[in-house]
Amino acid sequence: MIGETFGLAAQAIARNALRSFLTTLGIVIGVAAVIALVTLGQGSSDEVTGELEKLGTDILMVRPGVSGMGPSGPGSRGLSAEPFTIADADAIESDLVSIAAAAPYGTQPVTAILGSETISTQVAGTDNRYFDVVDWPVVLGRGFTNAEETVGQSVCILGETVRKDLFGGADPVGQKIRLGSLSCEVIGVLEEKGAGSFGMDQDSVVLIPMRTMQKRILGNRDVSMIYAGLAEGFTTAQGLADIEDLMRDRRRITEDEEDDFYAMDMAQIASMLSGITGVLTGLLSAVAAVSLLVGGIGIMNIMLVSVTERTREIGIRLAVGATAGQVMMQFLVEAVMLSLLGGVVGIGLGLVIAAVTAFNMAIPFAPNASVVIGAFLFSALVGVVFGYFPARRAARLDPIEALRHQ
Amino acid sequence: MQNAPPVIEFRDISRIYGTGAAEVRALDGVSFKVSRGEFIAIMGPSGSGKSTAMNVIGCLDTPTSGEYLFDGVNVANLTRDQRALIRRDFIGFVFQGFNLLARTPAIENVELPLIYKGVPRAARRRQAMEALARVGLADWAAHDPSELSGGQQQRVAIARALVGNPEVILADEPTGNLDQTRSNEIMKLLEGLNHDGMTIVMVTHETDMAAYAPRHIMMVDGKVVRDGVPEPGAGVS
Repeated sequence: MIGETFGLAAQAIARNALRSFLTTLGIVIGVAAVIALVTLGQGSSDEVTGELEKLGTDILMVRPGVSGMGPSGPGSRGLSAEPFTIADADAIESDLVSIAAAAPYGTQPVTAILGSETISTQVAGTDNRYFDVVDWPVVLGRGFTNAEETVGQSVCILGETVRKDLFGGADPVGQKIRLGSLSCEVIGVLEEKGAGSFGMDQDSVVLIPMRTMQKRILGNRDVSMIYAGLAEGFTTAQGLADIEDLMRDRRRITEDEEDDFYAMDMAQIASMLSGITGVLTGLLSAVAAVSLLVGGIGIMNIMLVSVTERTREIGIRLAVGATAGQVMMQFLVEAVMLSLLGGVVGIGLGLVIAAVTAFNMAIPFAPNASVVIGAFLFSALVGVVFGYFPARRAARLDPIEALRHQ
Repeated sequence: MQNAPPVIEFRDISRIYGTGAAEVRALDGVSFKVSRGEFIAIMGPSGSGKSTAMNVIGCLDTPTSGEYLFDGVNVANLTRDQRALIRRDFIGFVFQGFNLLARTPAIENVELPLIYKGVPRAARRRQAMEALARVGLADWAAHDPSELSGGQQQRVAIARALVGNPEVILADEPTGNLDQTRSNEIMKLLEGLNHDGMTIVMVTHETDMAAYAPRHIMMVDGKVVRDGVPEPGAGVS
């Protein structure tokens, strides 16, 4: 009997293939949207977490200004507060036991030129401690010498993208490139990091000594950011508290004044980013839910049409001895099968969309089994909920009236 | 007669539609019995209540008053689903309009009552083939109703009615949509089933079709006006 019920439902759906397809379209779109969005959302938040983990969870970021995710470098709202100096970074490293190393950092967009090759990239001023703090080694050539850092020598270390774009297969070490108006000698190349969050290319950067950056590019003695690495055995909370105490002291902030700088760890940045992703995913999922609701109503509508069309058939079935429950089950199974069909097609479509988009955005494709199963069960539920009313109508038909129906 | 109760027993049955001035007494105090193995024709002009009587006998409708005993069971006390079970296990229907499922092969049409009975697939197929063979359509099992003539369609319907080996076959104007030759074929088929022991109740307004039945119940205005062996020459509209 159960086999017959499913066979019958499949037959009824196949008989009106086009109609069935159009009916399930709402479910297909709704489920595909949910699957694609959740999968992409998961992928991008995996990506952000992964990137930050690559940076290291024991890295703290200190910036002037008030807390918030502004764009980095000059022009950020950090500028409203007094900027840091190289001495601040030195103090954080030498005065605090909870901090193993601290590196000043400042960045600005720049045009890098080699012969006739011209590319847009970022120039960042820092010093040798940066490589250790963010765990980003120089794989070709060497880092900065102390002397180069102290006098502000015109030397630079290339990110992999810059190396590739300017030099191709040639050895860049010892060559000279121009960064805007600054001519500098290439002394090293950084390890390749790969694509960053949201398509940002982290390898598109040229590092120069902080003092060179200040003298030759910024024209001031400002440091817009300090990266600090935690010493072993200390928690991020301890590190953050120590930095806050020290910087309040150095910046002469009195008891009743707010901080004019802020320190964060990567976990905070990660949660902030995934919070944004989460809100977006939530909003778009609400749109998808509306689509599922509309899809469900479409199924109810077509099932009502089907019950009316097949009134005589229902009459025959009742006459030969089908119980109301059996007739109800037949139409309920048909509705559930329709919406499950939409659900399965939607899951497939959503995964394909997510995979293609993830590939294009260079983020991981992160299909989530529980979301897929959830979407499957939810589309079954849509079938039961919206199929119930038409099925009940079929089951309650008067056999005499139904048999008379033309 | 044996001690067994009659298959069908109407005790003072009325079926009233509407109320007050709009009241229609489709059946008005009808009583009769049908014993196992009988072949009866219920006759009468349109509006005489013969179709209502058929619906009540077939447990598709319930009387407003009176008692209807099917094999000793009072149908008026049964739920909708219990009446469905009576139809499924004890009654086979043959309709004027054949009422076969469209786009469904003859064999599957015949199998329909067995599906609801829960007969396993293989046994179902075998019983349905036997029923089709009995009405002479074994070679047409795979054909859809649209590929069959009216007479063949009605024979498929008869196969469907008898496949579950019911107590009674109810035939409502079984020859109403057929020409004279096909009508006689169908009546001979029903007559043959009756000779093999099947109880048959047929509603018709055609005297020459009713002539196949040894007993006639004549109805006018919801009442039985005559019940018994037909008088020679007695005609109905």
